Amino acid sequence: MELTSPTEFAKEKILAVQDYTLLAAQSVANLFRKPLYFADMMQQADLIGVGSLPIVILTGFFTGGVLALQTANTLERFGSITLVGQLVSTSMVRELGPVLTGLMVAGRNASGIASELGSMVVTEQIDAMRALGTDPMKKLVTPRVTATVFMLFFLSVISDLVGLAGGLVVAKLLLNLDARQYWSNAVQTLGFADILMGLMKPALFGLIIATVGCYYGMNARGGTQGVGRATTQAMVAASVLILVTDFFVTRFLMLVLSYR
Amino acid sequence: MSAPTLPLDSATIATRDSSPSAIVFDDVHLSFSENAVLRGISFRLALGETKALFGVAGSGKSLILKLAMGLLKPDSGRITVLGHDVVAMSEEALFALRGRIGMVFQESALFDSLTVRENVAFRLTEEHGASDEEIERRVREALRFVELEHTLDLFPSELSGGMRRRVAIARAMITQPELLLYDSPTGGLDPVTSNTIIELIVKQRDVYKTSSLLVTHRLQDAFTMATHQFDTQTSQMRLLPPGQHCDVPMSFLILRDGKVIFDGDLHELAQTEDEYIKEYIS
Repeated sequence: MELTSPTEFAKEKILAVQDYTLLAAQSVANLFRKPLYFADMMQQADLIGVGSLPIVILTGFFTGGVLALQTANTLERFGSITLVGQLVSTSMVRELGPVLTGLMVAGRNASGIASELGSMVVTEQIDAMRALGTDPMKKLVTPRVTATVFMLFFLSVISDLVGLAGGLVVAKLLLNLDARQYWSNAVQTLGFADILMGLMKPALFGLIIATVGCYYGMNARGGTQGVGRATTQAMVAASVLILVTDFFVTRFLMLVLSYR
Repeated sequence: MSAPTLPLDSATIATRDSSPSAIVFDDVHLSFSENAVLRGISFRLALGETKALFGVAGSGKSLILKLAMGLLKPDSGRITVLGHDVVAMSEEALFALRGRIGMVFQESALFDSLTVRENVAFRLTEEHGASDEEIERRVREALRFVELEHTLDLFPSELSGGMRRRVAIARAMITQPELLLYDSPTGGLDPVTSNTIIELIVKQRDVYKTSSLLVTHRLQDAFTMATHQFDTQTSQMRLLPPGQHCDVPMSFLILRDGKVIFDGDLHELAQTEDEYIKEYIS
C-alpha cells in the first residue's frame, strides 16, 4: 500500500470536507432554481419514506417495548413503576425515535443512494446526463435530499408513536399497569422543548443521510469495487455523523431552551 | 472486415480554413497528477465536416471529446465549440450549449433504470417543450433510423452490445444536434455489428450533414466512412467508385504521445512519409 505524507493526507481530508459542504449547499440552493424535479422528489419520497416504513415501525415498537421493560425494573425499586410511560415517551421523542430512525434509514438509504449514484458514475451515466444538458445535481441529488429530509421527519413521528405503543403493550401485558394511566403519563409529560427537539433532529439527520450518500456516490471511483467501497463508507459516515451531531445538537438545544 | 484499399486517386473534399468551425482546439494541455496526457493539441473541425480521431489506447482520444463537451476543463489552452469558449463557460451555461451537441459514449452510457423509449426521449422530456404525442413520434422516428423501433419497452440490460450502441446513437441524434461526438462507437463489437454501426454513422453524416468528431482505434471504420456513401434510394451504404469523392468533407487526426502528428484528408494520409503513421495504417 502506498504511504501518504501527513500533509497530503490532511489536504485530502480538507478537500473532501470542502467538496461535501459544497454539494450539501448546492443541493439545498437548487430548491430555489429551475427546473425543480417534483416527480423525482415524489418517487424518492416513496422509495426512501414508504420503503423504510416497515423497518422503522419494527424498530420503534420493540425499542419502546424494551425501554419499558428495562426501566420498570429500576423504577420498581424506588416504588415509581407508574412513571414508565413518562420515561418511555421522553426517551423516545427526545432521543431514541429520531436517532434510531436516522440510523435505520442511514443503513438502508445512505448506502442505497451511494451505490445507485456510484454505479451511474462508473458507467458514465452521470457524464451522459451532463452531455444531454441535464444537471445531475438538480435531477439526482436535490430530489434525494428533499425527499429524505421530508420523509425522515414523518418517519420519526411514526417511530415515536409506535415506540409509545410498544411501551404500552409491555406495560399492560407484562407489567400489569393501567393502560390509561400509562398513556396519560406519557402524553402529559411531553413539553414544547421535547417536541421541538424531537422534530428538529430528524430534519438534520435527513440532510446528513442524503448528502453523505450523494457525496460518496458522486465521488465513487474504480469500477464495481469503488462502488462497493462508496456504499460502505456512506453508511458508516452517515451513522457516525448522526450520533456525533446528535450529541452537539442536544447540548445546543438544552442551552437554548434552558432545558431541565 | 479488412481495411479497404486507400483510394489514392480520389481525394476527399478538403475544408477551407475560412469556413466556419464547429470545434477549434488551440494548444490544449491536460495532465492527471504528474502524467501529461495532452501536450499542446491544436486542430479544427469545420462545420459539416467529419473527422476521425486515431491513436493508441491511452493517447487521450476520449478526453478530447470530453473536453469539447465541457465535461472536463483543460490545464491550459483554448477550446471553441460552435462559437463558444467552453473553457471560460460556467457549468450552467454549458448545459444550454450541450443541448446543441449529441454524444455517443464508449460503453453507450444508457440509463439502465429507464426503458429504451425513456432513454431516447430523455432530452425531449427534459426540455419540457414537446407534447407526449410529439415525443412518441420523434422517439419512434429516431429508433426507426437505427432500425430498433421494436425495442421501445425493453431495458438496456435486455439489449445486445450492438443494439445498445444503436440506441445511444438514436438518443444522441433525436434533437438533430449541430455537432455529433462519437467515442469508439464500434469498440468491443464484432466486425458485422461494427459495420452496422458505421453504416448508421455514414447514414447520419450523409442524410443530415451533421458535423462529427469520431474517436476510433479501428482504421477500417474510418476508411469505410471515407470510401462509402449512404444511398437514400436503396437505404444502403455503397462503395464510391474510384475518382468519386464523398459529398461530406472527411479528414483524419492522429495522436501520438499527447500530440497531433497528422491532420489531413485521406489523400494526404495515404501519401504521408511519416514512418509511424505508415506503420499505423499498414
